[in-house]
Amino acid sequence: MLAFLVQRISQAFLVMFVISVIAFAIQDGLGDPLQQMVGMSVSEEEREALRDELGLNDPIVVQYLRFAGNALQGDLGNSYFYSKPTLEVIAEHLPATLELVIGASLIIVFLSVPIGVYAAIRPQAWLSKFFMGISTVGISIPVFLTAIVLIQLFSIGVTVNWFPSDTGWGQWFNDFFSTDGGMPSYGRGGDLVHLFGTWESGLFTSEGLAHLVLPCVSLASIMLPLFIRLIRAEMMEVLQSDYIRYARAKGLSAGRINFLHALKNTMLPVITVGGVQIGIMVAYTILTETVFQWPGLGLMFLEAITRSDIPLIVAYLMVVGLIFVVTNTVVDLVYGLVNPTVKLTGKKA
Amino acid sequence: MTTATVSRWDRFRESFVWYSFKRDKVAIISFLVLLLMVLAAIFAPLLAPANPYDLAQINIMNSEMPPVGLDGADPAFPLGTDAQGRDLLSTILYGTRVSLMIGFGAVLLQAVLGILFGLMAGYLGGKVDAILMRIADVQLSFSTLMVAIIVGAVFKASFGNLMFGEIAIYMLIFIIGIAEWPQIARTVRASVLAEKKKEYVEAARVMGFGTRRIMFRHILPNTLSPIFVIATVQIANAIISEAALSFLGLGMPETQPSLGSLIKSGFDYIQSGSWWITLIPGLVLVVLVLVINLLGDWLRDVMNPRLYKG
Amino acid sequence: MALLEVKDLDVRFAVRGGDLTALRGISFSLDKGERLGLVGESGAGKSVAAFSILNLIAMPGYIAGGQILYKGRDLAAMSERELRKIRGNRIAMIFQDPMMTLNPVLTIGTQMVEAIQAHRKISRKDARAIALDRLQKVQIPSPGKRLDQYPHELSGGMRQRVIIAIALLLDPEIIIADEPTTALDVTIQAEIMDLLLDLCEQENVALMLITHDLGVVSQVTQRMLVMYSGRIIEQGPTREIINDAQHPYTQGLINALPQMGEPGQRLFQIPGSMPSLKNVPTGCPFHPRCSFATDQCTRMMPEYVRSGNVDVACYEVANLIEQERRMQEAES
Repeated sequence: MLAFLVQRISQAFLVMFVISVIAFAIQDGLGDPLQQMVGMSVSEEEREALRDELGLNDPIVVQYLRFAGNALQGDLGNSYFYSKPTLEVIAEHLPATLELVIGASLIIVFLSVPIGVYAAIRPQAWLSKFFMGISTVGISIPVFLTAIVLIQLFSIGVTVNWFPSDTGWGQWFNDFFSTDGGMPSYGRGGDLVHLFGTWESGLFTSEGLAHLVLPCVSLASIMLPLFIRLIRAEMMEVLQSDYIRYARAKGLSAGRINFLHALKNTMLPVITVGGVQIGIMVAYTILTETVFQWPGLGLMFLEAITRSDIPLIVAYLMVVGLIFVVTNTVVDLVYGLVNPTVKLTGKKA
Repeated sequence: MTTATVSRWDRFRESFVWYSFKRDKVAIISFLVLLLMVLAAIFAPLLAPANPYDLAQINIMNSEMPPVGLDGADPAFPLGTDAQGRDLLSTILYGTRVSLMIGFGAVLLQAVLGILFGLMAGYLGGKVDAILMRIADVQLSFSTLMVAIIVGAVFKASFGNLMFGEIAIYMLIFIIGIAEWPQIARTVRASVLAEKKKEYVEAARVMGFGTRRIMFRHILPNTLSPIFVIATVQIANAIISEAALSFLGLGMPETQPSLGSLIKSGFDYIQSGSWWITLIPGLVLVVLVLVINLLGDWLRDVMNPRLYKG
Repeated sequence: MALLEVKDLDVRFAVRGGDLTALRGISFSLDKGERLGLVGESGAGKSVAAFSILNLIAMPGYIAGGQILYKGRDLAAMSERELRKIRGNRIAMIFQDPMMTLNPVLTIGTQMVEAIQAHRKISRKDARAIALDRLQKVQIPSPGKRLDQYPHELSGGMRQRVIIAIALLLDPEIIIADEPTTALDVTIQAEIMDLLLDLCEQENVALMLITHDLGVVSQVTQRMLVMYSGRIIEQGPTREIINDAQHPYTQGLINALPQMGEPGQRLFQIPGSMPSLKNVPTGCPFHPRCSFATDQCTRMMPEYVRSGNVDVACYEVANLIEQERRMQEAES
């Protein structure tokens, strides 16, 4: 177990190192701090003096080491636009994104497991085929389009008059296909609860929750089909295995076979892939947050790009890289804890 | 020459692929829809009522006209007009063209990179394999979309908006190709590892053929069917990635719109009730991606040897 | 009445382009405490026969006809619910590969206790006591420790002991063992087989032993069935068949045994290989490999004829018996 732990953690450090090199390269290649600090009027000699003072003329390795050293101490420079430490800016925007990801993850977990398991146990049922069909369509719809459709349907509302409205049934059908709208589609709402530090939460007020609904649903929509397909495929493979047939030969009930013997073996690979996918969701928050003007990291990053706020871009890369690396490592370790066979390899190693 | 093509065609008609294609309604319909869209995109300049790139043809007075069937529609604009008064049907035809070009181009680049790196990793093994696959792992764990957004952002920052707009098609092909090569490389590597164990590779080596010859002439042809399956799905992914980048403003400029940038420019007007500017290109995008995905699913079912061996 | 009586069992696999027949007209019986061997090459349908008794054939396979009478009740016609009460309880199974049989993510204890609790209303503690008792019976080293271990922490031999222990948990009347030692190291195969036989004798359990090892069958079973291409081609008392096999295929199997060959000579080998289910030859399925085959063999499946206490499906044997009868008639 210890060897396994050491191996995973050293791997995480290696990846973080690579990310920091890339981030440094971007900063070095794109950001010219002088441009931001001083105007055009400063003479070339003064610029050169300033460069020396800032260490911009040092060898590249020295500059990288300074960058990495500062980063380890939590200093990733100041944002040009916000004129304050980038990490502070990120800390302000992080809670909004986390709440979005948590909400979407809950939707994914609570829908994908039952649907995937059902589709695996009854592959021929029409409901399974329906779910699989929907998930193929779902994979083909870009997340920002789902978001736009949701806004049109539930925020703006749709009035349908395909049927003659002077008849009772026509009106009924018109009403049936029409939607009311009125769901919030912009920002997090004004009614937030201060938790601690920079965490303003929308989870505890009805207004905050209402603002979460559409963004979370659209963010979930991109991963949900993948998870349903993954769980179904894994479960179907497990159901073919010898130990499942043996469990039947022991006379166990279908419930125990499906939900203990099969599901436990299904969830092991799903945890690994799933954990990585949750990390990947951070990338999709950029799209969701753009559509809903959700004041989280993604929107902040996109704005930083349009404002050429290089330090903020670099800080975002480092933080998101860290999030990815931490989730991947934690997922690996959790997998090692849950899966009894991994322990053994750890011991042996 | 003719005899060769005839026999090849006959062989195809007798093949399992053709047999199962004929029996699969979903595959046939998907293929026909895709064919129709590709043809419409190729012949867009002939089919489109107007040229959306030609500023002289645009009249701002025609802006935000709804599609035919709604109040205030003009039959000259069957799908309505966008906020600048461009005919939506024409912009969609041209936009599909741009999206498809980027989709195919990006997958071509991915395939070149993926096959090269995949073959190297699988055949050479050792350190080359370890390094290439580590890079692939990291890139995949970051998600290809994230990598594309970052690379796109860096390019945009270093080239500047105007310059980026002019070469956007090539930039996007490059960005998406770079971001997604690991998918194909992994598939190639896996099939190479499976092939490497087989006797014909050993035989070729004993006969003294060089590494490069064995890789490209002997192993590669045997790994083509999984590459083909994954490349199909990757086209769909590339089109979605392009749309996402354009939607974020890191892709095609509005003067030369792809489906993604059409959706983006229409989104600003959805609150004012002009849903068609964003949702009709959106529908076209979904149909395009869906039929490619359905064809990919079908191909995977047909070509996966594990499935048809029974 | 026999404990288990299989009558005219047909099993088919529903595949693209029609059904494949995996078992054709299988009939045999098993008495209380009896040891029955089922031999044949791989692909002959031995495992399908074993699994179909408890209706455990995997999905495209189904029982297309015939009866499986356990104490007079037809298992083939029974509901899944009723059948479940018999599986593992009255009729237990031992699978081929102990590495694949136990669920990798559940402890041995869990997998034993659940088997008991599926059939008896009993507390977890009492169930664990029974489990411990059976683990002691199969002579596993430090049995108490095993309950809380996972399968991968045990060697293959130990796992097969656990599986034998699970088979004995509920004092079944029949154990169906599908190649119980094939997947094990050669060095412990005999050990495990002896253990299984001893326990079956001790507990008076009927054993149906499926194997391709004619040697084992000849040593430990009282009666045996020989299967070829989904059919029983010869069945009867083991001693009679081993000493005087009637069917050319059985003769070939026996002659191929290493102990039958002369030192320094090549072993006998039956030419050709068994046909796959997709292209079973017409008539007697063995005729393409049979040196006695005549025109008759290619046309129709031979009926069973009785020679001594042995039932054989072979025209050649039938003709010989007929000739003998005529000669006797002529003499008298």
